[in-house]
Amino acid sequence: MREISMERVNATREKMLDVVKSPTLTHAQKVANMANLADSLLEVLDLPEGLSGLLDKEITDGQCICDLSEGHAPLRPRYIVPDYARFMKEGSAFLELPPPSDLYEAINSLLILYKHVPSVTNFPVYVGQLDTLLEPFINDVDEETAHRLIRLFFTHMDRTILDSFSHANIGPSPTKAGRIILDVVGELEDAVPNLTMKVDPLLTTDEFLAAGIKAALHTAKPSFANHPMFDREFPGGDLCGKDQGAYVIASCYNGLPYGGGSFTLCRLILGNIAKRAKDADDYCTRVLPEVLDVMARYMDARIRFIVEESGFFENNFLAKEGLIHKDRFSAMFGLVGLAEAVNDLMAKEGKAEKRFGHDEEATALGVRIMDVIDAFNKEHRNPYCTISGGHFLLHAQVGIASDIDVSPGTRIPIGEEPEELIDHLRVLMRFHKYFPSGTGDIFPIDVTVHRNPDYVADIIRGAMKEGIRYLSFYSADSDVIRITGYLVKRSEIDKLEDGKNVKHDTTALGMGAKHNGKILERKVR
Amino acid sequence: MTHRAPVNRIIRFSSVDGPGNRTVVFLQGCNYNCRYCHNPETRALCCHCGDCVAHCPAGALKKDADGHVLYAYEACVFCDACIRVCPHDASPRIRSLTAKETFEEIEKQIPYIRGVTVSGGECTLYPSYLAELFRLCKELSLETLLDTNGTLDLFSRPALFDVTDGVMLDVKAWDARVHRALTDHGNGDVLRHMIALAECGKLHEVRTVVMPEMVDAERTVRQTARALAPYLHLYPVRYKIIAFRPAGVRKEYASFATPDPPYLAYLSDLAKSEGMREVILI
Ligand code: SF4
Ligand code: SF4
Repeated sequence: MREISMERVNATREKMLDVVKSPTLTHAQKVANMANLADSLLEVLDLPEGLSGLLDKEITDGQCICDLSEGHAPLRPRYIVPDYARFMKEGSAFLELPPPSDLYEAINSLLILYKHVPSVTNFPVYVGQLDTLLEPFINDVDEETAHRLIRLFFTHMDRTILDSFSHANIGPSPTKAGRIILDVVGELEDAVPNLTMKVDPLLTTDEFLAAGIKAALHTAKPSFANHPMFDREFPGGDLCGKDQGAYVIASCYNGLPYGGGSFTLCRLILGNIAKRAKDADDYCTRVLPEVLDVMARYMDARIRFIVEESGFFENNFLAKEGLIHKDRFSAMFGLVGLAEAVNDLMAKEGKAEKRFGHDEEATALGVRIMDVIDAFNKEHRNPYCTISGGHFLLHAQVGIASDIDVSPGTRIPIGEEPEELIDHLRVLMRFHKYFPSGTGDIFPIDVTVHRNPDYVADIIRGAMKEGIRYLSFYSADSDVIRITGYLVKRSEIDKLEDGKNVKHDTTALGMGAKHNGKILERKVR
Repeated sequence: MTHRAPVNRIIRFSSVDGPGNRTVVFLQGCNYNCRYCHNPETRALCCHCGDCVAHCPAGALKKDADGHVLYAYEACVFCDACIRVCPHDASPRIRSLTAKETFEEIEKQIPYIRGVTVSGGECTLYPSYLAELFRLCKELSLETLLDTNGTLDLFSRPALFDVTDGVMLDVKAWDARVHRALTDHGNGDVLRHMIALAECGKLHEVRTVVMPEMVDAERTVRQTARALAPYLHLYPVRYKIIAFRPAGVRKEYASFATPDPPYLAYLSDLAKSEGMREVILI
């Protein structure tokens, strides 16, 4: 481990004391912050040359690479996706739990396991393919009881998983459990867990999709994932359950391998990188490739530490009991601000009026930049990402609350959306294909659509055909709204703005995004 | 043979003009004169008087050497000034499109739309154009709906009838005199066509605008629902009951009263008690 200066130690100690005395942080938030500060004193990674100049800056000050506060000595992979199906079948020796035999035990066992699934947020980012997990037990009790139990289950999750980067999956095929889950999320209007419905043109029935859309218009979830597309990209057969593929949607909208997850996620700030380039050619051939190389080597170093030195895979019961497998982990090569990069480069070429998402030349430059990144990733090899062919998985990151003038992933900036939804869809269909580990677009929908959920169904089914990966809708007037990927209640943001305590960490992020990211100003469709 | 029609507007995605997501084509011109018309500027064809030209702030309108008013779509800022000043219930912003050209505008929305709805004005003033347009739509499996006042006898137009999946039809008033006072026309044909369409399962929706001072909505809703009840097993016809609102109507009718919500709820219950399963209040 490398030495650090006493100055840095003392500065960190000051910060720790501030955390201890903070009037606004909850106890759990204090503990997490203390751990992060302690971790910040460690220097164990073999950092690539040139990293510091790209990483150690504020985003408003030209930061080009961001590691999303993963810390200096990662003690676990960032995102963990346990094989809950195996847990249901075999129970857990470590937790002294036999396989559940009815709905009561199934829910109880899951709630216990959630408390032992680590992640960067210290909460489980994936809580399971809940329809298939519960379906075998659903007829043990009458429907009213099943409904009540699932309602309590979801309430328990919302009150104990204290941030909304936590995700449940249902679909693509309809099930009784899936239907009850949709009813329950519609009733509860809670932010946690996030929910995705996998949609398949053949397996997903019109009724099941309509039930999903009704819930979404009511409470902003589920979102809708292009099942055939993810299914093609993640090998391994139907590990999640019959016809459900070997992938999950976790955290915001991250496609990840089942029974594994993601070691790490770093992101490129494409707009800031553009500021270092003379023009589009300089960007694509010189400036960007250099940054790509540094970020990839930084991720390699993080992954190497997690796998070879942290001891996580040797000692954690999830790995020992086969609920996760080291070789089912990949890593997420993230990016934000494609729109800002394109607009900056177009301006440098004297074409400032040609904007990303509106002008063909500008949008085509966006495609060119993505092709550069994609080609780089296909060349780069990491020995531990075997599940994804030795490469990382590209990820259109949704941004963090402190991002200013940085659009999530490849999104068109809020306030500049094309007048017509169809033109908007036609732009994003060109970008979704690059991102197996997640991208998505969000559409607030006019309230009159409540009368015609088939309108949304047609758009979803059309989008799947056009290679759009992931879509979210919410009603322009609902309380639960989607910030960038996660969900927050408007009423909770109001509370926080009034200086009151709120239970979910993500509410504060939502408040930041409301001011910095203008998320309440999205164009209503 | 290719047919043309004056196209007022194309809405590429619509959630309110039939089932699912549809592209809607609004044609210009109408044979009725409904007092409560919400889009009076779609009623007449432009007579090129030129009154609107000077009012355009964007230079999108000009008069050519032959005295025709020309419209430049690219320059238009859609401020509607021209429509407001036109003394003839017309609009200068009309494109004359062939069925093929119209279809090409619709096709761009595939695969996001399940169908197309043609509305107006009164779209059935252009039956040959519609037949050709719908035939093209059917080739790509798009559902075809007509939004009409019901005056055209579709059965006398087999080329159009065969490619029309459904009709959304206005029952403006049940009583012929009331209907005449409201539209300048009787309603015998409309009611006959409504029943004939219901009999063959092509009637998808009926609509009544509730304007208490001119329309006996209670009678209209009751009689319409009763007349349709025997056919609902062929297609579950939807009844849309629409409250009159003054927005957009001509000045002389803008002072008419809007119906109150309890009355509308009463009408909805009435339609249901007569057997209509799906009733929508707007
Ligand atoms: S709406 Fe009419 S007046 Fe306004 S810019 Fe267009 S053509 Fe001109
Ligand atoms: S749109 Fe109206 S005002 Fe303008 S030229 Fe035609 S008839 Fe005259």
